[in-house]
Amino acid sequence: MIELQAVSRHYRAGGEVIRALDAVDLSIAAGEFVAIMGQSGSGKSTLMNILGCLDHPTGGRYLLEGHDVGKLSDDARARLRSRAFGFVFQSYNLIPRMSALEQVELPLVYQGARDRSRRAAAALQTVGLGARMRHRPTQLSGGQQQRVAIARSLVVEPRVLLADEPTGALDTRTGEEVMEVLRTLVRTRGITVIIVTHEPEIAAFTDRAIRMRDGRIVADERVA
Amino acid sequence: MNVFDALRIALRAIAANRLRSVLTTLGMIIGVGSVIVLIAVGQGTQKGVQDQIRGLGTNLLFVRPGAAQDAQSGARGAAGSAATLTQTDAEAIAASGIPEVRGVAPQVTFNAQAIANGNNIGVTLIGTTPAYPEVRSAALAEGAFVTDLDVERRALTAVLGAEIARALFPDGGAVEQTVRLAVGGGRTGFNFRVVGVMAPRSGSGGGEQDNYVFVPLPTMQSRIGFQRSAAGVVLVNQINVQTADGADQQRAALAISDLLLVRHAAVAPDFTVQSQDDLIGAAGEVSRTLSILLGSIAGISLVVGGIGVMNIMLVSVTERIREIGIRRAVGARRRDIVVQFVTEALTLTMGGGLLGIAAGVGIAIGINGHEISGQLMTTVVQPWSVAAAFAVSVVIGMLSGSYPAYRASRLDPITALRNE
Ligand SMILES: Nc1ncnc2c1ncn2[C@@H]1O[C@H](COP(=O)(O)OP(=O)(O)OP(=O)(O)O)[C@@H](O)[C@H]1O
Ligand SMILES: [Mg+2]
Repeated sequence: MIELQAVSRHYRAGGEVIRALDAVDLSIAAGEFVAIMGQSGSGKSTLMNILGCLDHPTGGRYLLEGHDVGKLSDDARARLRSRAFGFVFQSYNLIPRMSALEQVELPLVYQGARDRSRRAAAALQTVGLGARMRHRPTQLSGGQQQRVAIARSLVVEPRVLLADEPTGALDTRTGEEVMEVLRTLVRTRGITVIIVTHEPEIAAFTDRAIRMRDGRIVADERVA
Repeated sequence: MNVFDALRIALRAIAANRLRSVLTTLGMIIGVGSVIVLIAVGQGTQKGVQDQIRGLGTNLLFVRPGAAQDAQSGARGAAGSAATLTQTDAEAIAASGIPEVRGVAPQVTFNAQAIANGNNIGVTLIGTTPAYPEVRSAALAEGAFVTDLDVERRALTAVLGAEIARALFPDGGAVEQTVRLAVGGGRTGFNFRVVGVMAPRSGSGGGEQDNYVFVPLPTMQSRIGFQRSAAGVVLVNQINVQTADGADQQRAALAISDLLLVRHAAVAPDFTVQSQDDLIGAAGEVSRTLSILLGSIAGISLVVGGIGVMNIMLVSVTERIREIGIRRAVGARRRDIVVQFVTEALTLTMGGGLLGIAAGVGIAIGINGHEISGQLMTTVVQPWSVAAAFAVSVVIGMLSGSYPAYRASRLDPITALRNE
């Protein structure tokens, strides 16, 4: 389903070239549950951004279901973001003035979907925020904001869910609850889920652990 | 995303920055409002001047001494050629048999004081002939105008303009009263018997004529003062000529001109024949310039208001680049972002435009007919100025929303998200 061929992402900072991603080859099949691990600065977020069509690689090819994503128009990429991918950011990225419900409705607005508030409410229910729908980000705890972001990524029923440290701000119990939700999605709906995490306990929920260092994949283990 | 989504998002963003939105809209309101008010004032002034000239009478030609102003240099004709119009010229025009001419009334004008009843007011004293009311379409309210007998006898009879009669005899009954008419600071003055009172001139151009006092032309020349030509003929200030209804005024003017050229044995005219249309044209030129000037000033304030909106939209977009990144990340296309910000800017400018139109039309209608620092305001709201002001606010909205939003929408979502 996802195929990266020698994908690089270089930044130029102060005359120095930073290889955030350095010729990465990676292939992920539909329905896989993958954890990406690695030290801070190893390129995990960079990889996720490229997978989610939020960023352009500076080299290599990204094939999604056999189509070269690099050749797509900007509108087609926007369409992929709104229908194929759900993205949970490391730093939540909620819009300050909007209520939780409106945040979750947002992807549906850009899809032109009907029945938005019901679907958004259901998604918030799934992450245990049924009682906080009218709250704004500033009125929510970090973990609650994280869960709003997760609900926003789930509401479109994506084929691929990309979550950058979705449990980073959650206590162990809530974190494990979120992971259960994700595992259920993989098992029952065949969604492909890719998460970034530092915690081995969280990675243990997944089927495959990819380890990165300095922009390269240094290990790729399948858990039985 | 449909129109309602865009509108909802825009209204929320506007509501989130209430004070800023109000101030921005205020700029538009003032700009649009002043365009409408100032154009209405300019047009009203133009209409007022036209009414005033039309109020002089109908089908009029005015013959005045002195050559017409030279179109190129703006200078008057050669000195000495001025002031040669005489009472006999007027008689000649009347007797000429020019088919378009219906009536002729020469006049001599002085500024004078009218004293009666312990009241003393400044008036425009006009010496003329019995033909005057007919020629100038002026009606009498009471009594009679100067008669042929008065002219023959150089009688000390006077006819008061409506306003003068009211000022000197507030209780009415002016006819048969005595009025002292004095010139030269009261050194020369005679008591006149009031024989008639003019009806007030209707319309906005009436004011001036209601301050006239009429006396027989020979009386004026023998008692008050006069000028003679070199040949010893008594001069007049103006000859009023009435042409027949529907007559060709230009042809009449030419015929009169030819007649006077022969009479004056002159090669170039030492007089001017002007029709009302000429006067309206000349006055129109002046008030058009005024209109354009007022319109430009208002236009500038509209442009300033527009720049204000543009400035705010630029700031607003820059502040919300992160929000744009989030929207793009969850599936907004570039055009959705542009539509969002254009809708926001249009809501501000069109809202401001509509309020400005309401304020402008309201003020223009409100001041119409009222005096502002002694000046009677006449306003005519021009539908085109309303349409143009609204169109400009729409264009400003489009421009000020689309450019910054377009710029922001070019960013990669992740670049926008990293923006602080
Ligand atoms: N916009 C940028 N400009 C320059 N360098 C960047 C930029 N974004 C990321 N980098 C660099 O790329 C490298 C990888 O960054 P990335 O955010 O992918 O790390 P990460 O693995 O997600 O780390 P963390 O676990 O702390 O989130 C880092 O060295 C970082 O400094
Ligand atoms: Mg990261």
